[in-house]
Amino acid sequence: MPMTNGDLAIRAQKVTRHYQMGAALVRAVDDVTLEIPAGEFMALLGSSGSGKSTLLNLFAGLDRPSSGDIFAHGRNLAEMNSQALAEHRSHTIGIVFQAFNLLPRMTLEENVELPLRLAGVERADRASRVREAVERVRLGARLTHRPSELSGGEQQRAALARALVNRPTILLADEPTGNLDSATGDQIMLLLREINETLRMTIVMVTHEQPRAEKFAHRMIMMKDGKLVAEGAHA
Amino acid sequence: MKFRDLAELAFRNLREALLRNSLTTMGVAVGVASLVAMLSLGVGLQEMASQRLSRSGLFNAIIVTPNANPGAFGRPRRPNAEAGAATTRHPLDQEARQNIQQLPNVIEVYPEIRFPTEIQYEGNPYPTIVAGVPPSARTDGAYDGMKGAFFSGPAADEAILQIEFARQLATQTDTLIGKEIVLRYAEREALPPASGRASSNSPAADSNADGFDAGSSGGFSVVPREEKLRIIGIVETQPATGYGGIGQGRVLIPLQVAEKLRAAQTNDFRAVLGATPGKPTYQALTVLVKEPSEVKDVEDAIRPMGFGTFSLFDATNSLRLVFAVFDLLLGIFGSLALVVASLGIINTLVMAILERRREIGVLKALGAADRDIRSLFFVEAGAMGLLGGVLGVTIGWLIGSAMNFGTNVYLRRQALPSIKVSSVPWWMVAVAIAFSVGVSLAAGIYPASRAAKLNPVEALRYE
Repeated sequence: MPMTNGDLAIRAQKVTRHYQMGAALVRAVDDVTLEIPAGEFMALLGSSGSGKSTLLNLFAGLDRPSSGDIFAHGRNLAEMNSQALAEHRSHTIGIVFQAFNLLPRMTLEENVELPLRLAGVERADRASRVREAVERVRLGARLTHRPSELSGGEQQRAALARALVNRPTILLADEPTGNLDSATGDQIMLLLREINETLRMTIVMVTHEQPRAEKFAHRMIMMKDGKLVAEGAHA
Repeated sequence: MKFRDLAELAFRNLREALLRNSLTTMGVAVGVASLVAMLSLGVGLQEMASQRLSRSGLFNAIIVTPNANPGAFGRPRRPNAEAGAATTRHPLDQEARQNIQQLPNVIEVYPEIRFPTEIQYEGNPYPTIVAGVPPSARTDGAYDGMKGAFFSGPAADEAILQIEFARQLATQTDTLIGKEIVLRYAEREALPPASGRASSNSPAADSNADGFDAGSSGGFSVVPREEKLRIIGIVETQPATGYGGIGQGRVLIPLQVAEKLRAAQTNDFRAVLGATPGKPTYQALTVLVKEPSEVKDVEDAIRPMGFGTFSLFDATNSLRLVFAVFDLLLGIFGSLALVVASLGIINTLVMAILERRREIGVLKALGAADRDIRSLFFVEAGAMGLLGGVLGVTIGWLIGSAMNFGTNVYLRRQALPSIKVSSVPWWMVAVAIAFSVGVSLAAGIYPASRAAKLNPVEALRYE
């Protein structure tokens, strides 16, 4: 029996994303159809240039498809204006990047508070939500530290807290362990699995590390030249 | 995003590139200072001119003459003048004075009394002109900075000398205050009717304050009189003393005293030959109205009574126009520096976009809308404009104060009274700051739009 929109966190239907580079047309994402059920931990695998990060950006609403539709909890991102996409990123999506992307002049607390400011959350509610997110990633003692004073793993955990603070339903992670050593990377993966299990949060993780994906993700999807080429269930 | 959060983020960003943003803000401040200094000069000069003229009583005064056309004063009248009813001859008498006094917005109506006389001081004669001064003249700017004091009362036997005349009496004019002078003048005394002239023993006793008698023939005799007056003040300027009397009264006495003297004036001769020779008439009346803006209405109400009127109302309008154009030109020149400063703001913000490209991408990924990014840059531009505006107004005010100080140092060396050439009223402070913020926001339009339009995916890739 097919799943309804209510059961699906993300549904991509014949999604393409083409770029014109000089005379050449680059098909970064090519006719991708995909369903991601709510609460799933899914890994997008593939080599560099396979289109996995582009697909993640399309799910985040940071980019728009050249054709096709992307539904997040039943709402078509292709039909949203830029304001609605910003609200989608603010309320539905949490994003972590390979490069952490913490703002260097802000403390950990201020970095985590930033999405709350952007979402217009009342000042009185912010402190408790920041503390809740920071406690979840076990960085409660580093609130006043700046990113330069944190280790790589701590920075990624801080980025994770920032992604969680607005209580999104979908967490998109673009190579979250790419800048970390193996042990620290495993800690981040454990944290992601914990978030997925305790919060029932849908996680879409882009990675090129297949063993790690096999160990932690429910499902793996392999991309090559913008197309989905293989799919398998794990963990 | 709420404005407070926007403001906090904007000020945090401004602090990040402190030197560059401070220099840009200083550029705005210099622009605003130039604007304020220029405008304060224009406004200061305008205020100085307006204040002096309005306090002289010229701009809220109307001179009323018996003629409908004051320009024809003293010249033969044409029998069929086009003015119609207005040219009908009406006596400018006590009744007319009372009628005018009852008009709305009229503060005071007083006659012009000015007559030739001879002053005796320390045994020497000094021919001059005496003018009656109403009590309301106390508030005229003409008496500011006078030596001595204004009249102690409306009927005080006191005199104020114009300084040029005072110099004729004594080299050290200050020594004149408190001294006594004797006023020698020609008093008019009404003559009895031709039939009963012989039976009248005391014509002056039956005449009224103006020396006329309702039952008299309308004629009068001239009798030399003397009046002792005490000098109580010396005035440097030449106060207005009525129509054609600007600067012509060298010895000023209280109007009530001048009326009591019944000194013969030129209009007395005309009154003898007039239609109602038994009634006293005035050469001219001065009508003071509450505000210069009400002068025209009062003039329009007086003319139908058959009198001529004259005021400097039109001259006031011309003066305002001249100063408005002057202020506009100064404002344009002053604004040029601010326009240059706005280019600095554009440059600073464009640089900020390049430096914060990745940060803009992160903000968008975290949920910032294009509008938020645009607002953030606008607030940064506005903050530089606000700070620059406040600083610029302060610098402009200091420049204006320096101009006042320097001018007055020079004037003091020239033994001239102090003036205020530069003035920074509150409205100018508000307008300058608002203008600074406005120009800065306008300068922020391009960078803010450019930042808002950044593609977040490309921005996140930026190293």
